[in-house]
Amino acid sequence: MILLTSNAVKAQDKDLLDLVDTDKPKKEVVKNAFKSIRVINGHSMEFLSPGTMDFRILHRFGQFNIPNTFAGFDQASMRIGLDFGVTRYLQFGFGRSTFKKEFDGYIKLAPIRQSTGHHAFPATIALVGGMTLNSLPYADPTIHNYFSSRLAYYGQVIIGRKFSEGITLQVTPTIVHNNIVPLASQPNDVYAVGFGGRLKMNKRTAFTWDYFYVLNGIQKDANNLPLNFNPLSVGVDIETGGHVFQLHVSNSAGMNERAFITETTGDWKKFDIRFGFNLSRIFQISHKK
Amino acid sequence: MKLSILLVAALSIVSVSNAQKFFTKTGKISFDATAPKSPENITGVNKTSICVIDTKTADIQFSVLMKGFEFERALMMEHFNENYVESDKFNKTTFKGTITNNESINYTKDGVYPAKVKGKLDMHGQSKDIETEGKITVKAGKIEVSASFIAQFDDFKVVIPQLVADKVAKFAKIVVDCTLDPLAK
Repeated sequence: MILLTSNAVKAQDKDLLDLVDTDKPKKEVVKNAFKSIRVINGHSMEFLSPGTMDFRILHRFGQFNIPNTFAGFDQASMRIGLDFGVTRYLQFGFGRSTFKKEFDGYIKLAPIRQSTGHHAFPATIALVGGMTLNSLPYADPTIHNYFSSRLAYYGQVIIGRKFSEGITLQVTPTIVHNNIVPLASQPNDVYAVGFGGRLKMNKRTAFTWDYFYVLNGIQKDANNLPLNFNPLSVGVDIETGGHVFQLHVSNSAGMNERAFITETTGDWKKFDIRFGFNLSRIFQISHKK
Repeated sequence: MKLSILLVAALSIVSVSNAQKFFTKTGKISFDATAPKSPENITGVNKTSICVIDTKTADIQFSVLMKGFEFERALMMEHFNENYVESDKFNKTTFKGTITNNESINYTKDGVYPAKVKGKLDMHGQSKDIETEGKITVKAGKIEVSASFIAQFDDFKVVIPQLVADKVAKFAKIVVDCTLDPLAK
C-alpha cells in the first residue's frame, strides 16, 4: 500500500525517469578500500584493476638510532617488483629484494569481494599463496646443498572490510614455512596474525598501520630476551594522481612475508625503527574493447 | 495465421504512431576534460545512460550512473569515481528539462529538427541551469537526440587540484548521443 502511494506521488511529479528506471541496483564491488595493494608491508584487501600493472619500488633505510648514519639514511635496502591485475578477483606479482638477494612471487585470489547491491557481501575474503627464493651463495659450499633449502612459502587469508569511506580494517592469518632454519630450536612453520587498517584523512592522504602478531616464531637468546619482534609499521599514503607514495616508519626491514614476519629484528621500545617508503605507479597494459 | 500476423503488425504500427513517450537505457554520453597540453586524453564514455522524452509535454530527462563511465585507463576511472565526482556519495547525474521549441518538431514525420533544450543539471550534489541547442532526428519511428554543452567544474564543486591541472581541464565538453524507442505504456 505504501509502495503504491509513493509511486503515485512520484507519478504526479511527472518524473519520466521512473517510468523506465526500474532496474534493481546491480552488484557492485567495493573499491578503494586501500589506496594500494599493500597496506604497508602486508597484502591489502585491494586488488589491481584488470589489465593494469603496478610497478613498485620499495626502500627501507637504516635504523634511526644507529649513530653517524644521518638517521639511517646512509643505509638502504630495496625491493623492486611488478604486480599484475588479471581479473577483479585475481592478481599476481613478483619482486626481488636486496636483502638476501631474495626473489619472491605470489598469487592472490578473492573468492568473495565486499560488494553492494544485489547479492551484497559485507567483506572481502582473499587468499594469498607465495614463495621466496634466497639467491645468496650457499653458506657452506663444501657440503651438499639442496636447492629447496633456498625456498620458503607463505599462505595467507585476508579478511577485510571497508567500513566507510574513511575506515578500512583487515585481519590476515598467515603461515610462513621455511624449508631450512638456522637453528634446530626454530620452527619451520611460523604462524602469525596480521592486522591492518586505514584511516582516510582526505581525498588524497590516508593514515595506515600494519601489524603482525607472530604466534610461535619469536626467538629468545641465552638471557631469555627476544631476538626478533612483531613487525609494526605506521605510515601515510599520499596519492598524487599518477603515483601512490607510502611513507612509513617500521621496526622491520623486510619487504616480503618471509622476511618481515620471521626476521624483524628491531624493537620499537628501543627506538629500533627506520624510515621507509613504497612507491607505486600503475600502468595500463591491456585495454578492454 | 495470416490474419494474426497482420493483426500484430497493425497493432505494432498503431502503437508506434501513437507513442507519446520515447526512451532508451543505452544512451551514449561522453565527456572530454583534456587540458590543452595534456599528454593523455581525459575522456570518458557512458553507454548506459537513460533518456526519456515526452513528445506531448516537451519534457526531456536524462539519468546517468556515474560509475558507468568507461575510460581508457582503469586508474582514470578509479580517480574519476573516488576523487572527482565521488560516485559513492553522488551516484547519479540527472538532467530534467524541456524542449522549448517542441511545437516545431513533428515526431510523426521523418526528418532532422533543430531543438532547444533548457533545464536543470544535477551533478555532484549541485544543481545548475543549462541551456543548449541540439538536434532531434526522427527516423522510422525512433528519435535520435544529439547535443553538446560545456559544464564548468566550479559550478558543480568538482575540484581539480593544481597537481593535475596540466592534464585535467577546468571544464568538460559533454556530448549526448541517444537513440530512443517508443515507450509502450
